[in-house]
Amino acid sequence: MGKILAVTIILIAILSAVPIVMHTWVAPADVSVHGHLIDEQMAETMAEAGIAFLAGQILLGLFIWKFSDVKPGARIKNFPGGAMGLVIGAFLLVGTEVLALGVFGVKAWSEVYFQPPAANAMPIQVQAGQFAFYFRYPGPDGKFGPIHPELINEGTQNLFGLDQDHDPASKDDIVTAEMAIPVNHEVHLLMHTKDLGHSFYVPALRVQQDFVPGLDVTLHFTATKVGKYEIVCTQLCGLGHYNMKAYLDVMSQGDFDSWLKQQAANQ
Amino acid sequence: MHDAPAHAVHQHAAPTSFIRKYVFSLDHKVIGKQYYGLALIAVLTGMVLSWLMRLHLGWVNLKIPGLHLLSASGAPGDVMTPEYYLQLMTMHGTIMVFFVLTTAPFAAFGNYFLPIQVGAEDMPFPRFNMMSFWVTFTAFLVLISSFFVGDGPTLAGWTQYAPLSAVGAVAGPGQGMGEVLWASAIAIFCVGQLLGSLNFITTTLDMRTKGMSLWRLPLSAWAWFITSVMGLTAFAVLMPACILLILDHVAGTSFFVASNLVINDQLQPHSGGSTLLWQHLFWFFGHPEVYIAIVPGMGVVSHVLIANMRRPMLSHRVIVYSMGALAVLSYMVYGHHMFVSGMNPFSSLAFSFPTLIITIPSTILVLIWIGSLYGSKLRINTASLFALGFISLFISGGVSGFFLAQPSIDIMLHATYFVVGHFHLVMAVAAIFGIFAGSYFWFPKVTGRMMNETLGKVHFWLTFVGAYCIFMPFHYLGIAGNVRRYQAFVDDYLVGLIPLHRFITVAALITGAVQLIFLYNLIHSGFRGEKAPLNPWQATSLEWSTPSSPPPFDNFGGRHVVVYHDPYQYGIEGATDDYVMQDSPAQIQSVRDEK
Repeated sequence: MGKILAVTIILIAILSAVPIVMHTWVAPADVSVHGHLIDEQMAETMAEAGIAFLAGQILLGLFIWKFSDVKPGARIKNFPGGAMGLVIGAFLLVGTEVLALGVFGVKAWSEVYFQPPAANAMPIQVQAGQFAFYFRYPGPDGKFGPIHPELINEGTQNLFGLDQDHDPASKDDIVTAEMAIPVNHEVHLLMHTKDLGHSFYVPALRVQQDFVPGLDVTLHFTATKVGKYEIVCTQLCGLGHYNMKAYLDVMSQGDFDSWLKQQAANQ
Repeated sequence: MHDAPAHAVHQHAAPTSFIRKYVFSLDHKVIGKQYYGLALIAVLTGMVLSWLMRLHLGWVNLKIPGLHLLSASGAPGDVMTPEYYLQLMTMHGTIMVFFVLTTAPFAAFGNYFLPIQVGAEDMPFPRFNMMSFWVTFTAFLVLISSFFVGDGPTLAGWTQYAPLSAVGAVAGPGQGMGEVLWASAIAIFCVGQLLGSLNFITTTLDMRTKGMSLWRLPLSAWAWFITSVMGLTAFAVLMPACILLILDHVAGTSFFVASNLVINDQLQPHSGGSTLLWQHLFWFFGHPEVYIAIVPGMGVVSHVLIANMRRPMLSHRVIVYSMGALAVLSYMVYGHHMFVSGMNPFSSLAFSFPTLIITIPSTILVLIWIGSLYGSKLRINTASLFALGFISLFISGGVSGFFLAQPSIDIMLHATYFVVGHFHLVMAVAAIFGIFAGSYFWFPKVTGRMMNETLGKVHFWLTFVGAYCIFMPFHYLGIAGNVRRYQAFVDDYLVGLIPLHRFITVAALITGAVQLIFLYNLIHSGFRGEKAPLNPWQATSLEWSTPSSPPPFDNFGGRHVVVYHDPYQYGIEGATDDYVMQDSPAQIQSVRDEK
């Protein structure tokens, strides 16, 4: 039975790797400037973790095969190099491997989080709430009017709690339920939640960031391909969590300008 | 190391009344069995919940006959509502993590075998020990009671992120009374585990019999000791966190709720709290909890494998040091759960490197296990099959940690099924394989009867293959961006993944049903199983030196055990058998490898 276990372990390992090698299930294609760094890091990690996974399982299988059926009189033998060899091996191989992954991974992370947004990045505010995202564009004055939480009311459609009677900066703000952005133009996303924890996950853009109640969080990215992509919530926020989504419409600059004008007219 | 104090504990006579013998027992063995029984009830409950969840995920509008009996509002017409899915999911996670993965490998096996393995007659604080079980049992009842109050249990997930968990009923079904019951149950549970941990630590340090130096402790005893140190420090953080959470509900405090939150168009009366504070407190407990679940499995599996390889591990001390390193590092890595939480992104890097480093002791453990198989005389039985399965699952669950340790990759994989697959393999299924290995191995000692090997092997094969069929596809789903904690997949890019979910559901139903074979084997063999010899596996540690199976009330029948050897004297050249018991005075050339 040891031999069957050995074969089973090795077979499971190989079969598990097949969908990965064949790319049967993959993330939506990357449409961001920084995304390739994450994808490359992912591919490198997959290669190294994959080798570790297969090597570990195959070695386990081989040893079970070989030593589960030894003669009764056989002597116990020690693995060549003993425990110390294995410890040194673990430090050298896995230690350097994971640290290298960590060091190289910093590049992708810093691209998203440590680089300030470009001076001409377009600010868009996104507000999360049970169970929808809303977006706000600053309008021609380039300024967002202040939020008054006590004025937030979905019934009256004052989604951001704006006081347009008293705050001049709010007057031209454009509030939408869909997010549109121009292609190849950096966006500076100003994120806040009105109620609970939520998250902003756009797999195609390779971004995911939680909204933190009480904190303003920012994110910046550039989309490189015209198209419609899904924004979903990944932070459990209540019964409608699964259905909390919005679309990100990446448009040519011209289309975006007309879209924004149209939205301004609809306010 | 002490010579005599162990005697003091059981100087009183064995109880005779039913209540003192089986219910409010001070005997660590009975308490161990009570914990095991509680874990069995909990795991069956958790498994049925997972079946219901999986059925719903495969076929969202499926009628599950009789479900309305569990909750008329949660399943009108026997179809699960979105909120009820989340409530069942929350209870599944909570029950499994706390009442199965913590109680079975640590509290159940540890209670039964730690005192015997150190050569003691009981734990030093038997009343605390009894309290620890009954407090834990009370916690379970409080948690389960939330099914039957108001609008049911909390839906905020086992991680209970604030402010969803803290603002009350306004946030959704179960967030009022259900939530308070959850936080109360877990706070009570923490008390039980603190009392238990205290006993485990003092048993290991103060109750060892003559000759039992720390390095002569079996690896299982080391694992329980290390786990108890983690338990003492981790649950001591979760308990106050839960109390603060309860206060946010009942006392109008705002520990975890920020100012100016508007829910259902109502401005909330809270101000000044911190959402991230909950996450820090929770994960400061939560990550050590992963190791509280798995380290006992490592010890048990090592112990079981050694007896079945007929040789000690390549290095006893390296295994102990590695488990210790995991315990220490577990407190430094917790922030990897929070890479995209909104905490300072520099902190993410600071938490990333210890997380990457923790793969080193994990790898060392795996290499020592595999390296020790080399040149061994491996016996295949149900216990060793589960132990070997544990190693395979631990490797599979471990390598996905390479991905999740990196903040940049976490941007894609955070909160997806990749994470769910990772932790299920590495801390749930692997830990449960450790429980099974221990169950099949120690059953003869606990009951005096053997478990049925044929049924055991059928159980192993179907569970091993089934576990991979369920949890490997979770990783593929995560790579495709499948978000977790969704009751239905309505997003365009997720719809195509539903067939894979259905495959998982079928695998989960079958694999779950297979566990009934184990339950049958456990109960049937307990009454009708073949009589077990005193030392059926020809093992060396002290639990096999007791005069009977099950051991008498004082464990060693009045004998003061003296230990002469390291725990694993197997493969002894020239011995009548190939092993020498730990308490055998025979002069042998030690096989210990620490030269």
